[in-house]
Amino acid sequence: MIRHTVGRLVSTVFLAVVLAFFALPMLWLASAPFDDSPAITTSVPEFTLNNFAVILDNPYALGSIRNSLIQGGGAAALVVVLAALAAYALSRVRVPGRDVLLYLLLLLSSVVTGTAAMVPIFELATRLALIDTHLGVILVVSGGLLPAAIFILKDFMDETPTSYEESARVFGASSLQILRHIVMPLVRPGLATIAVWALASVWGGFLFQFILLRDPDKAPGSVILYTLYTEGGAPKLDLISTFSLLYSLPVVAMYLFVSQRYGFRFHGGIKR
Amino acid sequence: MISLHGLTKVFPGGVRALDGIDLTIGDGEFFALLGPSGCGKTTLLRTIAGLETAGSGTISINQRDVTCLPPGRRNVAMVFQDYALFPHMDVTENIAYPLRIRKVPRAERLAKAADVARRLSLSELLRRRPAQLSGGQQQRVALARAIACHPTAFLFDEPLSNLDARLRLEARTFLKRLQRELAVTTVFVTHDQAEALALADRIAVMSRGRMIQVGTPAEVFQRPATTFVASFIGSTPMNLLPARAAGGSLYAAGAVLPAPAGLTDGDDLVYGVRPEYMDLSPTERPDAFPGTVSVLENLGTSTLVTLEEGGTFVQAVVDEGDEPRLGDHAWAVPRRALVYRDGELLAP
Repeated sequence: MIRHTVGRLVSTVFLAVVLAFFALPMLWLASAPFDDSPAITTSVPEFTLNNFAVILDNPYALGSIRNSLIQGGGAAALVVVLAALAAYALSRVRVPGRDVLLYLLLLLSSVVTGTAAMVPIFELATRLALIDTHLGVILVVSGGLLPAAIFILKDFMDETPTSYEESARVFGASSLQILRHIVMPLVRPGLATIAVWALASVWGGFLFQFILLRDPDKAPGSVILYTLYTEGGAPKLDLISTFSLLYSLPVVAMYLFVSQRYGFRFHGGIKR
Repeated sequence: MISLHGLTKVFPGGVRALDGIDLTIGDGEFFALLGPSGCGKTTLLRTIAGLETAGSGTISINQRDVTCLPPGRRNVAMVFQDYALFPHMDVTENIAYPLRIRKVPRAERLAKAADVARRLSLSELLRRRPAQLSGGQQQRVALARAIACHPTAFLFDEPLSNLDARLRLEARTFLKRLQRELAVTTVFVTHDQAEALALADRIAVMSRGRMIQVGTPAEVFQRPATTFVASFIGSTPMNLLPARAAGGSLYAAGAVLPAPAGLTDGDDLVYGVRPEYMDLSPTERPDAFPGTVSVLENLGTSTLVTLEEGGTFVQAVVDEGDEPRLGDHAWAVPRRALVYRDGELLAP
């Protein structure tokens, strides 16, 4: 009996510590923006909204959120369209070595990270005059996201019975009509998941954006966050926390919206 | 009219799914492709639809060679085994889908869909999704969708197999009446011989990519061309007993029977009698199969009796009330029989 109680006590304390470890940074993010002089620790704030006024005065802050929307939205749209087409083709056409190709792409995109490929990518972007353009960032980050997106979407496509498509084909529908009328609506939860995941990845991405964009007018929020330091190199915690909060709100809102509308799923299967 | 000439289909890996099929299906005919699974019947249907391409041979529909046309340009409608109703569209949208592909204006196609739905008593269900329909209703929506596009031929893949037993009989009658009314050439695939006999004007029995026999249900039932067809057709399996000819008589399972003309002594023969064409006699007769009653199976209005004699089983159907008792000795007298030599039916 005592041993049981002690066991329960130990496991509860352990869980509480783990939970606190993850919850405290969130708490800091919620309290620090409203604190007059936030420190690195969480404390009851001396309440002020001044931090928001200061950050809105920053010439790049709002523009950077717009840039993030352009780059994230552009990449999400590109990834969804290209991945849907590729996944449909890979799911329906028997290509020799298809599975090997898919696994290889997935492996390369996750193991050989963008960092390792940064120099050639930069070189490529320079020659194609894509440095300092939204398009350059969109193309490069989409390339990194596509393999995993194709992999996940192919699973959704595989779960769609081919009799639906054959039925439509006998009625005279073309491949694109079948994709638009039948397949797309059926894999919509998958498309929503991929879109949100792609946008969130780009939203939080830093390295490509930092290297490919020279002009601060085009930098996304993740890069602007990096400029909120004093000349001495010390972080301006009040501004960083305030901007972080502002910057995370659109993504949280999008998550909630998509989750409510479509529901997140990472596997196929049709609710009939 | 659908004409097939020398149709052959070999799948990658060397399986000959269709092996030189020649067939003509008449206008308005209700035609069944019957056979066990893997016999090529579904492949044949899909090849007519254009979902599979023929390796060699030609397909023409109403005198138009469609061998190389894509499915959408053959003007046929197919109903799939799982009905393939689009789960994200309601009944109206499903029925109107073929018209949407043909760019029929929205108002017109909705009116058309409502009209077809009314004929199939689906008017109450127009706003429902397929998931909210029963199996029988789903089947009728699939039929309505096929009818809405006014095809020159219907192709049905196992149209009744997804329904439960009770509903299947109703749906069978409904399907036959509908086909009569529409008078559209219809080809359907089934592995259920009862379904083929009940529905079809003519039946093709298939095995290993070939047509073994083509004929009306009566022909196929009364005179199966081979022992394969004989064992496949009929709700109780036909008695197929090894037989031997000697001196103008046939010897099979303990009975001495009159032999048809043209037999030579020592031929490899099979004597076939349907259990329904057997009479049971309580007294010994030389032209009857003797045995001990070992199994009694109640079929409702009749009983299937199995006689056993020295490891050979002979079955006979007896009417209600005439059942022998288990363990009784009895003699099964054939009324109507067929003789097969090397698996092929001998002319009587």
